[in-house]
Amino acid sequence: MGSFCFHTSAVPSSHLLSGTDCTYGLGGLKLGNLRKIPFSRTHKASKVLAFYGLKKPPYKLDALEPYMSKRTLEMHWGELHRGYVEGLNKQLEQNDILYGYTMDELIKATYNNGNPLPEFNNAAQVWNHNFFWESMEPRGGDMPKLGLLDQIEKDFGSFTNFKEKFVDAALTLFGSGWVWLVLKRQERRLEVVKTSNAINPLVWNDIPIINLDVWEHAYYLDYKNDRAAYVKNFLDHLVSWDVATARMIRAEAFVNLGEPKIPVA
Amino acid sequence: MALSLCNLVSRNSLAPLPIGRLLLSTRGLQTFSLPDLPYDYGALEPTISGEIMMLHHQKHHQTYVTNYNKALEQLDDAMNRGDPSTVVKLQSALKFNGGGHINHSIFWKNLAPVNEGGGEPPRGSLGWAIDTDFGSLESLKQKMNAEGAALQGSGWVWLGVDKELKRLVVETTANQDPLVTKGPSLVPLIGLDVWEHAYYLQYKNVKPDYLNNIWKVINWKYASNVYEKESA
Repeated sequence: MGSFCFHTSAVPSSHLLSGTDCTYGLGGLKLGNLRKIPFSRTHKASKVLAFYGLKKPPYKLDALEPYMSKRTLEMHWGELHRGYVEGLNKQLEQNDILYGYTMDELIKATYNNGNPLPEFNNAAQVWNHNFFWESMEPRGGDMPKLGLLDQIEKDFGSFTNFKEKFVDAALTLFGSGWVWLVLKRQERRLEVVKTSNAINPLVWNDIPIINLDVWEHAYYLDYKNDRAAYVKNFLDHLVSWDVATARMIRAEAFVNLGEPKIPVA
Repeated sequence: MALSLCNLVSRNSLAPLPIGRLLLSTRGLQTFSLPDLPYDYGALEPTISGEIMMLHHQKHHQTYVTNYNKALEQLDDAMNRGDPSTVVKLQSALKFNGGGHINHSIFWKNLAPVNEGGGEPPRGSLGWAIDTDFGSLESLKQKMNAEGAALQGSGWVWLGVDKELKRLVVETTANQDPLVTKGPSLVPLIGLDVWEHAYYLQYKNVKPDYLNNIWKVINWKYASNVYEKESA
């Protein structure tokens, strides 16, 4: 979800569909597989320092008031999220092997099948927070419609039941972590999962649809220790079902969710 | 033990014997309550704000106590019904909430206002042990601060003593795991809470500042007492 770019300003990519493989480069040159290239023939071969930039949320920092204050966003996005991006860049400067990965690939590679490398925490948290800002919108909440609603009703029984499961997961997550609505590839169904610290469902090759940050820093300034009120406001007023629907549409290109309705002649 | 006797009486007898009744009433479930702070909420200012102390004690610690008691009741009930899967299922809630109660009870005793000895370096056997095992008090503080800063997510940094090996250790635990989960012979002396609720309102994201400052209110007298008791 990060932009693989040579400057730190936010790259204007469609926030609904940003996902894998956004590798840009000098005049369209695909840098995915290259490690070091000379920047210019006239200089000595200099290292290409590929790095990630901090992406802006798709709304102003005060747009989520009063459910998530401007102060929280300034701290959470402006300092913490930025800190993860800068930390990741510093680590990547010292580690050649990890150049050239897209963000999704970087997360899977640094997860190292359960024995995470030091870069994993920063990479995953950068991804998780990008995903989180995009999972919310001003005047969000309400309900999903059409296909996504049908799928939720099929996999959870009802939308209310899904919400209960989501809230329950958030309240029973001990410590720091994230709550996800995820499309499981193997089981071919939507599920609510909770993960600790920086872990995200990409490492199990599943497809996240929305997430919620339940690290204390995400809600402490606005709600103190009242995690329940925070989760309720997220579901009722912040979550963007439009973005979730777009992600679901994209996910259906990878997961076969059912028999097509072929009419009998 | 009263418990097993009582089970014997209540399970195998058909008519409730008066002695069974007596044993049943003495086998009450031991529940817990929030310990009082030995100082005012604002007494640790400006190192730890009164607001944080109040929320930390009245909300967070109280929640751990309440949920621990709830889990204990459910455990008691499951044990009486002979329901092993519920008993096992409750273990994570017991560890989390029980650990939260244990850890925070130690934490309140680890802190003291400056005018009651907070921040005064340890003397006596603990002071010597620190110099022996870590070189100096400064280097111990640096080690614990580094561990605290590097800890991902929620957890604690501990200075403990290994009863068997007669040695001081610095350890970290995740979430609310008590120090004993890192080694059965470890006894906690000082615990630093690095959950975000312990510092966020005041220090925001700057965990290292919180860690540098908290030493000003650490109650080494308590740690020395525990150490001397364990090394006796």
